[in-house]
Amino acid sequence: MNRLKDLLPAVAVIAVLIGTWWLTVLGTHSLIFPTPWDVVTGTGQLIRDGSLWRHIGASLMRVGSGFGLAVCAAVPLGLWMGWVSAAYRMLNPLFQILRPISPIAWIPIAILWFGVGNASPIFLIFISSVFPMIVQTVVGVHTIEKRYLRAADNFGVSHRTLFLRVVIPAVLPQILVGMRIGLGVAWLVVVAAEMIALRSGLGYMIMDSRNAGNRYDLVVAGMIIIGLIGLALDGCMRLLERVPWVRWRYAH
Amino acid sequence: MRTKIEVREVQKSFPSDRGPLSVIGDVSLTVGDGEFVAIVGPSGCGKSTLLNLMAGFIPPDAGSVTVDGKVHSKPDQKGILISQQGSVFPWLTVRENLKFGLTADAPADRAQLADHYAAIVGLQGFEDSYPYELSGGMLKRVELARALVVKPEILYMDEPFSALDALMSLRVRNELLRILRTERHTVILVTHDVEEAIHLADRIHVLTARPTRIQTTFEVPFAHPRRLSSPEAQQLRIAILSELGVDLDERG
Repeated sequence: MNRLKDLLPAVAVIAVLIGTWWLTVLGTHSLIFPTPWDVVTGTGQLIRDGSLWRHIGASLMRVGSGFGLAVCAAVPLGLWMGWVSAAYRMLNPLFQILRPISPIAWIPIAILWFGVGNASPIFLIFISSVFPMIVQTVVGVHTIEKRYLRAADNFGVSHRTLFLRVVIPAVLPQILVGMRIGLGVAWLVVVAAEMIALRSGLGYMIMDSRNAGNRYDLVVAGMIIIGLIGLALDGCMRLLERVPWVRWRYAH
Repeated sequence: MRTKIEVREVQKSFPSDRGPLSVIGDVSLTVGDGEFVAIVGPSGCGKSTLLNLMAGFIPPDAGSVTVDGKVHSKPDQKGILISQQGSVFPWLTVRENLKFGLTADAPADRAQLADHYAAIVGLQGFEDSYPYELSGGMLKRVELARALVVKPEILYMDEPFSALDALMSLRVRNELLRILRTERHTVILVTHDVEEAIHLADRIHVLTARPTRIQTTFEVPFAHPRRLSSPEAQQLRIAILSELGVDLDERG
């Protein structure tokens, strides 16, 4: 009940926005820009002919692959750089230079290297999400409280135990933060990457709807669906904060 | 009594913005096997540094620390340090924390030992709890049990009870005394609480302000269980406080 009350202002803002949109379209007698109802019927059409699921599936598959590869690369690399200062000094400057390059700037190179198949957007997603996750993992290792490392030292445990029982569990919450950021960026980039030259995905769907007869109802429908799926992905990542291994970080 | 720890003419300074800061002037002391020695002194006098030196976490600039006649240069399981902030791993359950230092035993024995020591400090029923589910007093017990389970010969305690309220501090102190009756440990306790020192220790060293030296040493001849309200205990308390520059005599 209280949650409903908390949501009310947000719902009200969205309702006002939709109302304004609707009235503006009606008032200006626009022939191209859709009303909210056009968007709803357009979405229904996409659902009925099955193309919506195909596009969503294609986008999610690309994000899953690129993001998954990025996690596999970033976590070990971040742990290594965080723990071994020589590795940090060697790699950090390079990553600091690569990090601010927009994934969009990589598109020509991606096409050159990987063509216009699935590999290009997967590469772009990898490039865009790997750096924030490396950075967060390194920060996680650097901010492990010394008292825990001292205690481990005192008990004289092996390096293996030190890593499995102290370092990794201590860093896990930070890795999760990095993954949340990385997945958000990945979703942002997949849509942009799909606008270039593919035959599937939500980004392609948006460009295709415009090119094939100015179907702006489908353009707006695509945008809203992208937003909702992004929200859902973030929600899934936040659910991970409840697993027992990281709950200690949030329970205070 | 056999000598357990010998601190000989130890000096330590730390770098600071205004040149080296001498923390330990010149300290020599010996601790017998099974003895309980308390170190009290004004805050910031370097008593924690002295304890860390004795535990092998930091090396002295001059002088030496020997344990059982051997130079003690790095921490090991022979002596476990219990610090003020505590270092119970928040990502491990009580049982996992207690098992942490048990590297030599078979897995089944580890769980049994862990549960045995959890019971000794009154934590039966909480073996599967996470530290964030426990109170400050219970956390202290976990810390104590985790130290005791590896059968250390020496306990280094750095203001272990100062984060607890007076009642809880008294309770955990009584637990400690009860355990020490059955398990022989040599204990070095650093504290600013004179009453706590009188409650627990066989001998009390009073330190001077920085750079610290031993100012006076008091023997505590009272048998356990001690009544802190007895006239003798009160007299000793007044004498120690007056060494620390706090005069209670004039109250009459």
